[in-house]
Amino acid sequence: MSLFEAFSGTANSLSGPLPDPTTDAGWSGDHPKRVGFFTDTSVCIGCKACEVACKEWNLVPDDGTDASDLYRLTGMSYDNTGDLGSSTWRHVAFIEDVRPHGSATAAHGGQQTGFLPAGLPAVHGGGNGHTPRDADTAPPGGGTVDLLSLLPDDGAHGQQTPDDERDVRWLMASDVCKHCTHAGCLDVCPTGALFRTEFGTVVVQDDICNGCGYCVPSCPYGVIDVRESDGGAHKCTLCYDRLGEGLEPACAKACPTNSIQFGDLDELQAAADARLAELHGRGVHEARLYGRDPDDGVGGDGAFFLLLDEPEVYGMPPDPIVTTRDLPEMWRNAALTAVGLGAAVVAAFWGGRR
Amino acid sequence: MAEAHPVGFQWVMEAKKRGAKIIHVDPRFTRTSAVADMHVPFRAGADIAFLGGLINYVLSEGKDFREYVTTFTNAAAIVGEDFVDTEDMAGLFSGFNAETGRYDPISWQIEGVEYEAPAAGMRDHWESDLRSDGPGQSEQGELREHHAAMASDTGGGAGDAANATGAPVRDETLQHPRCVYQVLKRHYARYTPEAVSRVCGMSAEQFLEVAHAITENSGRDRTTAWVYSVGWTHHSVGAQYIRGAAILQTLLGNMGRPGGGILALRGHASIQGSTDIPTLYDLLPGYIPMPNAHLHDTLRSFLDADAAKTGFWGNMDTYVVSLLKAWWGDAATAENDWAFDYLPRLTGDHGTYGIVRDQIDRKTYGYFVVGENPAIGHANGKMQRLGLANLEWLVVRDMQMIETATFWKDGPEIETGELATEDIGTEVFFLPCANHTEKAGTFTNTQRLLQWRREAVHPPGDARSELHFYFHLGKRIREKLAGSTDERDRPLLDLTWDYPTFGVQDEPDPESVLAEINGYDADGEHLSSYTQLKADGSTSAGCWIYTGVYADGVNQADRRKPGSEQDWVAAEWGWAWPANRRTLYNRASADAEGRPWSERKALVWWDAENETWTGHDIPDFEATKSPSYVPAEGATRQDALAGTDAFIMQADGKAWLYAPAGLADGPMPTHYEPVESPVANLLHDQQDNPALERIDRAWNRINPSQSEVYPYVFLTYRLTEHHTAGGMSRFLPYLAELQPEFFCEISPALAAERGLEHLGWATLISARTAIEARVVVTERMKPLRIGDHVVHQIGLPYHWGSNGLSTGDPANDLLGVVMDPNVHIQESKVATCDIQPGRRPRGPALLEFVESYRRKAGVEPGGIT
Repeated sequence: MSLFEAFSGTANSLSGPLPDPTTDAGWSGDHPKRVGFFTDTSVCIGCKACEVACKEWNLVPDDGTDASDLYRLTGMSYDNTGDLGSSTWRHVAFIEDVRPHGSATAAHGGQQTGFLPAGLPAVHGGGNGHTPRDADTAPPGGGTVDLLSLLPDDGAHGQQTPDDERDVRWLMASDVCKHCTHAGCLDVCPTGALFRTEFGTVVVQDDICNGCGYCVPSCPYGVIDVRESDGGAHKCTLCYDRLGEGLEPACAKACPTNSIQFGDLDELQAAADARLAELHGRGVHEARLYGRDPDDGVGGDGAFFLLLDEPEVYGMPPDPIVTTRDLPEMWRNAALTAVGLGAAVVAAFWGGRR
Repeated sequence: MAEAHPVGFQWVMEAKKRGAKIIHVDPRFTRTSAVADMHVPFRAGADIAFLGGLINYVLSEGKDFREYVTTFTNAAAIVGEDFVDTEDMAGLFSGFNAETGRYDPISWQIEGVEYEAPAAGMRDHWESDLRSDGPGQSEQGELREHHAAMASDTGGGAGDAANATGAPVRDETLQHPRCVYQVLKRHYARYTPEAVSRVCGMSAEQFLEVAHAITENSGRDRTTAWVYSVGWTHHSVGAQYIRGAAILQTLLGNMGRPGGGILALRGHASIQGSTDIPTLYDLLPGYIPMPNAHLHDTLRSFLDADAAKTGFWGNMDTYVVSLLKAWWGDAATAENDWAFDYLPRLTGDHGTYGIVRDQIDRKTYGYFVVGENPAIGHANGKMQRLGLANLEWLVVRDMQMIETATFWKDGPEIETGELATEDIGTEVFFLPCANHTEKAGTFTNTQRLLQWRREAVHPPGDARSELHFYFHLGKRIREKLAGSTDERDRPLLDLTWDYPTFGVQDEPDPESVLAEINGYDADGEHLSSYTQLKADGSTSAGCWIYTGVYADGVNQADRRKPGSEQDWVAAEWGWAWPANRRTLYNRASADAEGRPWSERKALVWWDAENETWTGHDIPDFEATKSPSYVPAEGATRQDALAGTDAFIMQADGKAWLYAPAGLADGPMPTHYEPVESPVANLLHDQQDNPALERIDRAWNRINPSQSEVYPYVFLTYRLTEHHTAGGMSRFLPYLAELQPEFFCEISPALAAERGLEHLGWATLISARTAIEARVVVTERMKPLRIGDHVVHQIGLPYHWGSNGLSTGDPANDLLGVVMDPNVHIQESKVATCDIQPGRRPRGPALLEFVESYRRKAGVEPGGIT
């Protein structure tokens, strides 16, 4: 974006509701409808088929050989992937969620050695680099959120034994690039490697990316990252190469329970609204949609979710804002400042000659 | 199910979406529990107490589907006066011989039914270790016991029921104190909700919630399905677990009806297929029993022993002769008894553990290992590897260099010094094999549905399909034997072994094999139903239950009409045996008069106008046999079954709530503790299954029951990310990275009790060996209160070994081998151990470490001989 464009407001918009980001990005009006993912975590069984199908189709290297050459447990429940990154475009989080049962007050067993609750991923800011794991490094884990304060009053399921005072819930959710309506990564990319496709998705072109890494901190979700082995930035393409052939993305194709649904975004949104209403009707009041709202900080997501708890519990930011939202304002301020400074300088010289 | 069968689980999720209630009963809180409506935690090995509790609830509350029960089951049959139940015998049934550890089932019989013991001429002490010469035992009793032992070594057929003749005495009011209904009621009376809670560790409220759910969802309008996997079968009472579910489902009227049934999930794709066309030693294709070397000299004596006089097993002669014709073609003639003598014979227990025992004893010297990794995947890994080390030759066909092929250089016994590479004489042949996407053929799933899959890519390099391997191996052996005049080579040389081949590798045409399995009539036309089979040599069929899969010369298993383009039964997707019936025994979906029990659950019904059975599914009943049909006196085969006898493979046409014959360990399931249990049997004086099978050897020491040295329960299982013994997953980076290390799952309470740290190391010790694992502390594992004990359970995924990208100790090394007496399956889903922080000792120190535990526990010394 040029200074002029930013200043004049003729560039594509950087925040706020935007019904058609594809046209906004310069595609002609007869482009295909915007597509996306609706990931319904209430039916996710944590099989990780999405992770594997994604890597198989997109030839994404395994994390073990790319980062550390070590196959080590992370200690975060059954999640040994950790987070999204350059070599992880789908990531299934496993959250073991403990809550009191009945009028329970005392912790069971009084143990200090364990780690409670297992597997709550920390909330990351931007730039989630893959942390090499080794045998001696303490695993990540331990909650950064007070779980008990987040718990719904009643839930559909849980484990409870006569001897135990706490119930366990095991949440699973497959995370992915959100393909934001206002994509910070795309906005800051200096080479044009990142672009918005005719499907309204955001894709990085490997042969153009120079690995500058500007996109990394610009993602409010910490999705995109630079891969050490090839120096390029990588993330989910929503299987751009498959879409062109009329195929659904690999992860959605592999998902056995239809937790990952692919389709036209407006239809997915309608399906999600119906599913949410159905769950609320069944008493699952903790269900909520995440990334569905076009008024949110990124103008709504192309890949959005049905969650069974606060987004923080899943390691997702509660209120993501596109990092370039304030860019026009900043440019305007900078320009005004420049004009003001210029005027002052002129005034100073003018005054000096006098 | 979500853990090990995620693809099949999609249908459970679909059912849930439609409002089905999902209940998960499992010692662990798994991925299945996470999405179930209700998870019921309980103690591993206590399933019969749980099922018995449900049976008791149904009977004591009068919740059984009475009309179904009186129409289709043997509830009204009167049990003979000699029968004594476990209630009156401290946990034993009548007929137990303490010296042989076997039951004589004569006293379990139904009144009016005569049980014929095998003729004296058949007496033969071929299984010497089972023989008892003890005084005071009647010759007849010994005979029957011997026969029972033999029966338990042969599956399939009508089994012991073949020897039953005469009509049972019945009391249709179910009031007679000795009728099956009342016997059952008394047998399970002590399985109260409170007893279930004490034995299983779940609360009585949880138990009752399950009881309410399944009874409210059974009856005319609703059905309940039970789905189980090896968590039920891998027990010393495994067959009785399944019997428990069968009794419950029969009482509730959930058999032969849509949405009902008992579904076995298998450990691997098409294990159902490899039972139908068996890799099991005691079966021929189509559940025809394997003949016995000493009992079945002629086809006639074989049929007399195993073909029922009544019901569809009465046609076993047509199945057997057609099979012999498929295998030996023109060489099978009436003169040579249809080449019956060409069939191999049993001489005892040749189950996998019996075979391995014989390998160690150098009685068996060759071994084909195909699609298995016994060094990792089977119980008691040391026993497995000792067997491998004592062979002359070993063929391993696999996609990866699995531990079974490399045990001789890097097995745990090499490290401990028990074995030395230079002393192992086994010649190992490793042959790369094609995987499931690299070859065509059928998969048969748990619903008996055959689905054809095509070759997606050619196998790489020297990898070949199973079909290619066996076909060309057979060809080469036959070439070597060509011209032989030795009588014993005739079975090989006379085989029909002429399948067309294609491609540069001479791949046999798998459809030609399927056509042979389907069978031909005298004119060489493809058969369309097993009812066309004849015993006169005019028909052939490689597996009678599969006849019809190639009807009209069309590969019916390859039908792919989408579900959206046909009705809900989807009869044109694949092909289900037998005769493309999607629900077995579906005559039971209609009442005695042939009317559906309800509109909602209508499946097949009697069309009185056209005098035929019809419906959504293909009726599993003779099409024109009226519901009012009454068999004539002395009728045989299916003619002996009445119009209400829905269970057509049974000699009496009834679902058996009580099994007077066919089981080696009692006519009704009874709760016995696992052999290795931390607690005493709270329901009966008898601690464990009195008829179970043991292998009492130095390499198979068993932890004493209720031992303080081995105080914790462990259970083995699979993770979604890995496949069985790891051959298909540990070597693949995308899968290995998802579950990169062997770990044990323990509760925070056990972690505190033993000082174990999350992600630290733990050593687990049994009387067999000690292994090490990473510790995963999780609230998903819960201690249970059993009587006065707090029982801790340790979870052990069993995928790991020394080879591949992700490595670890094999969990199955911790297991000993004790077996169910019916099917010789090992008790690998529950055993005991100790757990301590830190890594295990290395080298010979490991042996001393394990020996010190054995000494403390009073167990005999271990060893490799």
